Amino acid sequence: MNCPDENTCGNEADIISTVEFNHTGELLATGDKGGRVVIFQREQESKNQVHRRGEYNVYSTFQSHEPEFDYLKSLEIEEKINKIRWLPQQNAAYFLLSTNDKTVKLWKVSERDKRPEGYNLKDEEGRLRDPATITTLRVPVLRPMDLMVEATPRRVFANAHTYHINSISVNSDYETYMSADDLRINLWNFEITNQSFNIVDIKPANMEELTEVITAAEFHPHHCNTFVYSSSKGTIRLCDMRASALCDRHTKFFEEPEDPSNRSFFSEIISSISDVKFSHSGRYIMTRDYLTVKVWDLNMENRPIETYQVHDYLRSKLCSLYENDCIFDKFECVWNGSDSVIMTGSYNNFFRMFDRNTKRDVTLEASRENSKPRAILKPRKVCVGGKRRKDEISVDSLDFSKKILHTAWHPSENIIAVAATNNLYIFQDKVN
Amino acid sequence: MMLSKGLKRKREEEEEEEVVEKETLTVDTWWLDSGPPTAQAPPVVASNSLFDLSVLKLHHSLRQSEPDLRHLVLVVNTLRRIQASMAPSAALPSVSSPPPAPMETDNLLASSDAALSASMAGLLEDLSHIEGLSQAPQPLPDEGPPGRPIGGAPAGLGALDLLGPATGCLLDDGLEGLFEDIDTSMYDSELWAPAAAEGHKPDSENGLGKEEAPVLDEAELDYLMDVLVGTQGLER
Repeated sequence: MNCPDENTCGNEADIISTVEFNHTGELLATGDKGGRVVIFQREQESKNQVHRRGEYNVYSTFQSHEPEFDYLKSLEIEEKINKIRWLPQQNAAYFLLSTNDKTVKLWKVSERDKRPEGYNLKDEEGRLRDPATITTLRVPVLRPMDLMVEATPRRVFANAHTYHINSISVNSDYETYMSADDLRINLWNFEITNQSFNIVDIKPANMEELTEVITAAEFHPHHCNTFVYSSSKGTIRLCDMRASALCDRHTKFFEEPEDPSNRSFFSEIISSISDVKFSHSGRYIMTRDYLTVKVWDLNMENRPIETYQVHDYLRSKLCSLYENDCIFDKFECVWNGSDSVIMTGSYNNFFRMFDRNTKRDVTLEASRENSKPRAILKPRKVCVGGKRRKDEISVDSLDFSKKILHTAWHPSENIIAVAATNNLYIFQDKVN
Repeated sequence: MMLSKGLKRKREEEEEEEVVEKETLTVDTWWLDSGPPTAQAPPVVASNSLFDLSVLKLHHSLRQSEPDLRHLVLVVNTLRRIQASMAPSAALPSVSSPPPAPMETDNLLASSDAALSASMAGLLEDLSHIEGLSQAPQPLPDEGPPGRPIGGAPAGLGALDLLGPATGCLLDDGLEGLFEDIDTSMYDSELWAPAAAEGHKPDSENGLGKEEAPVLDEAELDYLMDVLVGTQGLER
């Protein structure tokens, strides 16, 4: 997956499109544009090398989705993995959901380290033996073998989305999950693949009246009846499935009034929410729009409680960013395990972290040129005008093709995974 | 220089572009004010450039086999804003210069108000020719995103509506026709049971959650392929 020279690497299929830790942080899954899933596993910390934190090594690789062709509509369905979500572990096997634009799949990842030997009816190569030659019966025994990790598709949830799936979210009941596309959200039971319940439908009766789409959706981490979804108009709706079967009427509606001094032709585009995430506590939601990250208290709908500027120096460049379509980039955002720090990506392979308590923020760069393995990351700074200091980079020098859209934070430790185009970076807190 | 997918511009446009860049914020402010634009600053040109750019984006988006709905909606809404801001100058003077060739980005970006409507007409004509359809599609329940079926792209008709009749009425209600569902009347028959496709709701009887028609047998699939192949032959 790593390209020797990241500037000239041209293999588009390797572009990472989603990153996700599992609930313990032991596993880290990535999905790419080529429909592949790669799972990394943290190696056990060795007693001999206590100072060397567990590193992540490749555990399993499999092809999750293949390109498909819809013959009825003459459309090609991309195999790109839009999202991966892990299920909590309930036995020795691991389960994850992966989705492309149209189809969600449940994958089982399990280990095999024993092999049965000594069959009666088959020989060691698996060929059937002539029954006439069998004179004794024996009990097959399990013998150790080299560890093999296999991924098998256990469920395929297809044909339920007309539009492109942008989100999947596992419910806290661990029995259901939801999938959201541009106009609808469906609720599934893991055991049932041939039907789903439609719980949100914002498709207007007359498509001419369409002015808004769903951009992201997530279940509440503890209340299995509650979920939120965000829109291209910068609004978030919280819905309660107990209220009605079809949650077209929200229970809460979060929207910040537009700042008149910042109004422009692009106001709506930059207000479009690209990601929404509940805090681990379930008390807050975080949203990412083009220029900011906002934290909302579920009890206050009229404005966020915190707003963080990700790259406000782009505000005067919106026209150019509209022209080159960068203004439509969808950045994700993540909480750390204790909900005290939030992280999101930017351009030039920069990513930003905001400490909610100290109000301090830092800009870091995910790049091989500027950091060596195990070296401490140096904070970066973008110069917005006037004199540029030695280590600063000017706005006009930013590389807008190097965007960090997908990041993940370990559920309990300070380990982060950052996807920079087709490279995955894993950063950890320095020991000692 | 910022890395961007620069659109090719004529040399004489570069100077205008510089002015536009600097004027960007001024333009926005002007849009909010009730006063008329000043003579020296070219905010109208800036709006026009943005307008042209947006129309280009819209056109490009509609040409995709399966447009990104979010991108489409955002561009259309932005176009509406720009159109609303251009309303005071919507009464267009008669076309004084010959209409530029359609589909040439240089010309579109260079157009003034007067030439703009002419280039719109050109685009309209060009789309009609390419899409090969002359009437509005029948709106149908839930037939999916504005995709492109074999033999034509009714999604393009949305753009036709957008551009409006070539009478200089700039996008009167043109944006309204943008999201017309694709015309799939050729596929509709009892065999396909399209009503079942709408049945998402929990209390629906048939095919809960199923979006597509029930499983077809080989004869029906063969028939469909013949129709599609036959249609394709006719269109070319």
